[in-house]
Amino acid sequence: MSQTDFTAAILNPDLPTPAGLKDPQGRPAGKRFDVYRNNVTSSLIAALETGFPVLQKLLGQDSFKTLATLFLRANPPTSRALSQYGDAMPGFLEGFKPLKSLPYLADVARLELAIRASYHAADSAPLDAAGLDPEALMALTPRLAPATQVLTSRFPIFGIWQMNMQPDAPKPWPVAEDVLVTRVNFDPVPHLLPTGGAAFAQALDGETPIAGAIEACMAAAPRADIAAILTLFLGSAALTLSSGKVQ
Amino acid sequence: MYDFVSSSGLPKTAGIGYKPQHFAELRTEPGPVNWLEIHAENYMGDGGRPLAQLRALAEQFPISVHGVGLSIGGEGPLDKDHIARLKHLCDWLNPASFSEHLAWSTHDAHFLNDLLPLPYTEAALARVADHIDEVQNAVGRPMLLENPSTYLAFEESTMDEVTFLTEIAKRTGCGLLLDVNNVFVSCTNQIWDPIDYINKFPHHLVGEIHLGGHDEDEDEHGAPLLIDSHGREVIDPVWVLYAHTIRTGGQKPTLIEWDNDVPEFPVLREEAARADAILTPVEA
Repeated sequence: MSQTDFTAAILNPDLPTPAGLKDPQGRPAGKRFDVYRNNVTSSLIAALETGFPVLQKLLGQDSFKTLATLFLRANPPTSRALSQYGDAMPGFLEGFKPLKSLPYLADVARLELAIRASYHAADSAPLDAAGLDPEALMALTPRLAPATQVLTSRFPIFGIWQMNMQPDAPKPWPVAEDVLVTRVNFDPVPHLLPTGGAAFAQALDGETPIAGAIEACMAAAPRADIAAILTLFLGSAALTLSSGKVQ
Repeated sequence: MYDFVSSSGLPKTAGIGYKPQHFAELRTEPGPVNWLEIHAENYMGDGGRPLAQLRALAEQFPISVHGVGLSIGGEGPLDKDHIARLKHLCDWLNPASFSEHLAWSTHDAHFLNDLLPLPYTEAALARVADHIDEVQNAVGRPMLLENPSTYLAFEESTMDEVTFLTEIAKRTGCGLLLDVNNVFVSCTNQIWDPIDYINKFPHHLVGEIHLGGHDEDEDEHGAPLLIDSHGREVIDPVWVLYAHTIRTGGQKPTLIEWDNDVPEFPVLREEAARADAILTPVEA
C-alpha cells in the first residue's frame, strides 16, 4: 500500500478503500478509513470557511460547503501554512459553470484573499507626513506598505464586502469599484478607492516621488480627486519609506 | 545521549495549547498555566498580530513549538522550504521544546492537513529515522516525536508501535512526546492494552505529555471507534491512564490540547489544575 494510493482514495470518495488497510480483526478498514477522509475534507472546508466569510454569506452555508468540497478535491493545498489556502479560488469560480450568473464572486474572493494576505504581512513603519511642507511631501519616494493591497474590479466589491461584514451598511450600487486594503496595527481594513487611486498606488515603487505618482494618476483619470487620494493613503498607513522587513 | 527529561526547558507542570482568544487572560490571570504550546504553521507569516502576540507571550511563558505539517512519515523527501521556515521560527523564538508527529500529511505536492498513519516496518523505520536526522541537523536542535492516534491497521506492519518509536529514538537521538489520549484512542481502536502500552513505553525519553478530548463512534461492525478530535474535555478514563503514566514515568511537562470548539479560558484553567493535582504529589 503506497501513499500514492492512500492520497488518491482520500481525495476521491468514489475510489475503494486501499487494500492492506484493516480493522483489528483483519477485516477491510471501511469506515475506519473514512475517518481520515472526513478529517481531511472537514478541516479543509473549515479553513476555507475561515478564509472566505463573505463568499459563505453570499452563497449560504450549505452551498458554500458544496463549493468548498469540489474546490478542495480539485485544488488540495500545496503549502503547509494554510493561511493562504484558497489562492486558486478566484480562478476556480471563474470556470465554475453553476455560478456563472454571479460573475462578481471571483473578485469578492480576491478581496478576501487580499485581506488575509494583509493580516499576515510584515510589519512596517508607516510614512508620517505630519509637519511636512507640501513641497517636501511631493519629493518623498514611498512604496506601498507590505500589508497594503490594491484591487481593481468591474463589480461593486467594496459595497458587497461592506454589506456582508458591517451592520446597517447600504446596498451596493452596480458600479465598478477599486479597493485599498490597509493595516494600521493588526486588523486589515478595506477602503473604497477614489477614481485614479489604483493608478496612484501602482506608480509608488519606492523610486517615484509622490509628485510623479500624482501625474500617473491624472493621466489615468483626469478628474481624479487628488486631495481625497492623498488623505486616504496618508491617513491609513498605506505607505512606508522603509524597504526592508521589520521583525 | 541528550537527556530530554532533565534538559527540557519546559517546567514539569501544566501548560495549554495557545489560542489567540485567550491572549488577554493569559497575560493577566494565567492561574496554573505556566507554559504554552503553539502550532508552528500558524506563526510562519511575515508579521502582524500572530507574531506580535507570540513575542509578548514568549517574555512571560516558556514556549513549546509543535509542528503539524512536516510529514516526517512521508514516502517522499521532506520539504526543505518548510524545514527552513521551522528553523527561522525556532531561531528567533528559541523555544523550550520542539516537537512533531509520527505521521505523514504531504504526498507529491499535496498537503492533506491531517496526521495520516504509516505501517510499522523496517523500511518505514529507516525512512522516518533519516527524516528525523535531517530535521534535527537542519533546525539545529533535538526534537520530540509524538505517538499518533490511529483508526486502522496495516497488514504489512511487522512490529508494534512502542517498539517502532523506541527504535527511532535509539537511532536518531530524538526524544518522545507521549500523548496519553492518543494511547487511549489507539488502544481502543486497535484492541491493544493501554496499561501494557504505558508500561513498555521508554519513559526516560519522554520530554512532554499531551492530554486532550476525543469523540466516540463505532465502525460498521459495531466495534468502538474513537476519534481524536481535541474538541472537548479529557475524559475520566484518560485521567486514570495519565495518573498511571506519572506514577510509572515520573513528573513531566503536561499539555492540555483543545483545538476545536475552543472553550472560555477558565475551562482550560480547570483542566490544567486537574493535571497539576496529579503531578504535584509525585517526587521528581
